[in-house]
Parts: sequence; structure tokens; C-alpha cells
Amino acid sequence: MQLDFNHIQAAHCENGVTTSLLRHTGVQQITEPLAFGIGSGLFFIYIPFLKVNNGPAISFRTMPGMIFKRTCNSLDIPVFRKKFSSPQKAQQELDERLKAGQPAACQVGVYYLTYFPKEYRFHFNAHNLIVVGKEGDNYIISDPIMETLVTMSSYELERVRFAKGPLAPRGQLYFPRENRMVTDEQIKKAIVTGIKRNVRDMLRIPGSIAGIKGIRYTAKKIKGWKNKLGPEKSRSYLAQLVRMQEEIGTGGGGFRFIYGAFLQQAHAYHPIDELMDISKQFTNTGDLWRNAAVQASGIYKGRLTAQADYDLMGDYLLNIADLEKKAFEDLSAAVKKMK
Amino acid sequence: MKKDEIPQDPGALGRIAKEVSYVVDENGNYTTGLSTGWEIKMKALDVAWNDVEKRITEAKQKVLNGEASPLLYYMELKLMDIEIVSGYTGFWKWQVKKHLKPEVFKKLSDSKLNKYARVFEITVAELQQIS
Repeated sequence: MQLDFNHIQAAHCENGVTTSLLRHTGVQQITEPLAFGIGSGLFFIYIPFLKVNNGPAISFRTMPGMIFKRTCNSLDIPVFRKKFSSPQKAQQELDERLKAGQPAACQVGVYYLTYFPKEYRFHFNAHNLIVVGKEGDNYIISDPIMETLVTMSSYELERVRFAKGPLAPRGQLYFPRENRMVTDEQIKKAIVTGIKRNVRDMLRIPGSIAGIKGIRYTAKKIKGWKNKLGPEKSRSYLAQLVRMQEEIGTGGGGFRFIYGAFLQQAHAYHPIDELMDISKQFTNTGDLWRNAAVQASGIYKGRLTAQADYDLMGDYLLNIADLEKKAFEDLSAAVKKMK
Repeated sequence: MKKDEIPQDPGALGRIAKEVSYVVDENGNYTTGLSTGWEIKMKALDVAWNDVEKRITEAKQKVLNGEASPLLYYMELKLMDIEIVSGYTGFWKWQVKKHLKPEVFKKLSDSKLNKYARVFEITVAELQQIS
């Protein structure tokens, strides 16, 4: 059986899952940028004491799971979320939900995700997909990264739902619990909440490794990498930075372009000129992140080797930090005018 | 990024699905476009895989030198670390760490070896002797 479900391809898996599930429950207004913005998705953090795939732990977005949770909360939609210790029970519950006509999202690991290209299959456990049907032993999957529906056998699905390691999904199943319409007034309010929280996260988060301060911190670190880590490791670290910024899911420029799109869409609900202008500012910083990636690639390809090249890379980030600080300060002022 | 600037380099993901990019059109309005890949980030992915290859080669040499048990080699081959191996086998992390020592590994029971072999998708014989 295959549920009547509209597959939507998105830039990012969690945005995509949130958008298609909410559309399915009747929230006609929701789009990927709105889900991302209402969920305050934009972020920056560099966690120096943590390693991911033997490289630096850097993220351009908020913690996994938060976008779905916050967006549903803001729109007053109750959420079902359950983890399992038994794979049998996890499958049983999924099958029952499908039978009842409920498409259900799963958090999965990508290492054993059969339809992914091998090059992308690291042990990364915060991927999200929606199960929209079952035929024989095969599940029909709406994976927001893919252009069309895909299938997985029950064994294959169990394997990725019970992937192990950091952020192990533990069979996690989630979906909006009720079908609800949402008014434009609710969207308007949710936009304001989302922006305020994002301004807070980027400008006022305590400590020095996150938000705008985190970008500056990373800039400083990069300038020291060549001396501290040696050329080979520095190249790997810079490549990791670029992967976190540009790889599947960010929509380009470390999510800055999605955020720019969000502000434009927010303008339709809150028609103040500032939003259009700030959207442009984020388009600009997204472009600058991509320029920085080009500079980084010069280093990890081995073409650029001097300390001055690392310094320039760091300066790119410092410039971005200044511009994003201004963009969020402008946004902080603008949101006060949004009722 | 402008819509006509979306990179269309041949990428690994592009083989199975093009990626959604957020871009602005000629009027400055946001829209989406599909990208097959971007050379800059493909190179970044290459760097990551070269690192993996290097770690595997180094692990293999350590095993052949008798400095580590074959567990290290298969762990690197499967891109795992001690935490992930511990997750899949059910052994504690300190146990996995101990099993990385050749002298401890040699004395492991069949049932323990079986657990590792299953996770690495190999036979016990392959686990004991790397070539």
C-alpha cells in the first residue's frame, strides 16, 4: 500500500521532512525556507574538543531535530516522537501507523543507506526520511534529498533506523499528531518567534565558540592551523569546513541562501522593507562563504601553501562575521516592527 | 548566488539526484535550482576519502608490524571508531580498546570473534588474518 503523499525535494533533509509532513497535515502555507526560519535554523558553532570523522566539529545549522520541533511548536501542532529499544517493536509501530494512513518520519544513519552514493556514506546518524508506504517486504521512502521516491527492504530500513554511534537514532519515529489547518496569523507570529530566537542564538549566545563569536573564533583558529597542525592536517580540516558548509543539505553558502529566501517569504506576511534589505545581506554573506570555500580549496588542493594564504582565509571569515553581525542587528531592530 | 551561476560540475551525488540550491533570479527574487555538483566541494570530499585511505593503510601496517590487532584494520576499513564499534558489537568501549592489542585479541573467544566478524561483514578467518 502506498499512501497519498506528495514527495517534495528539499535542500536539507530535516527542512524537507518538516515541510512535507506539515503540508500533508494541512499546513498549506509551509515551505522549506519558512520551516527553516520558523525553526531558527541558521547557526554557527565550532566545538574544539569534539572530533567528527577525525576533523573539526563545525556546524552551520542548529541541532538536529530542533527545526521540526520548533516549527511544530510555533504553529501549535502536537508532535508524536518515540524511540525504541527493540527493532521488532519499531517496525511493528511503523507498520501500524502506515496502515492507519499516517506517513511517519524516521531518523536514520547514512552509512548503510543503500540508495546513497558510496562517497557520502560516512557514519552520520542525523539524516531524516519519511516512510510513505509498504509493498510486500519493501518500504516506500520519501527522502527529501532525492528527486523521486525510493524503496528499501525491511532489513535495510531496520539497519539504518538502528545505526550506532554518535546521535544514534534508536529507531526514532516522529510525525505531527493531528491534522490541523494553520491561519496566516499563526504563521506571522511563528515568523516573529523564529527570527527573535535566531537573533538571540547568533548575537547573544554565551561563550566564544558559537554564533558570530564562533565565526571569529574559527577565523583565529584557522590562522594558527598551519603552525599547530602541520600542512597536511590543516588541509583536511579546511576540507571538512567546506563540506559542512556546502555538502548536501545546506542549499549553498552554509544555509545563508535558505535564510535569505526565508526573509523574502517572511516579507509577504510582514511587509516591511527592512526584510528585503536584510535578505540581500544574507545573500551577500552566503556568496562570501562560497568565496571563502574557493580560497580554502586552493589550500587543500595544495596550490596555496603560505601562512599568508591561511591568514587570508581567516580574514574572509572575520569579514563575514562583521557582516552577519550587522545583518542580525538590523534583523533585531526590524523584528520589533513586526506585529 | 544567481540562478545562472549554479555550478554544474559532475559530482558523486549528481549521479543519483541533483541537489536543490537556493538562488536569486534576475529580479532579485529567491527561487531554487538544481545542481549536479560543485568542483570545490567535490575536492573537499576527495580529501576526506584520501584521509580514510591513509588511515586504512597505516592501520594495516600497524597490524602487520604486530603493533595492533586486525580489529584496528577492519575498524578503519569500515570508517568506524571505538565508539561506533562498541555500539554495533555491544562491547564496552574499554573492551574494544583492549581487543585492539594483539595479545588480547589472540585469546578472544569464538563468540566474541563472531560478533566482530558479523559487524564487519567478514568471516572469522578473515578477521584473524589480514592479507
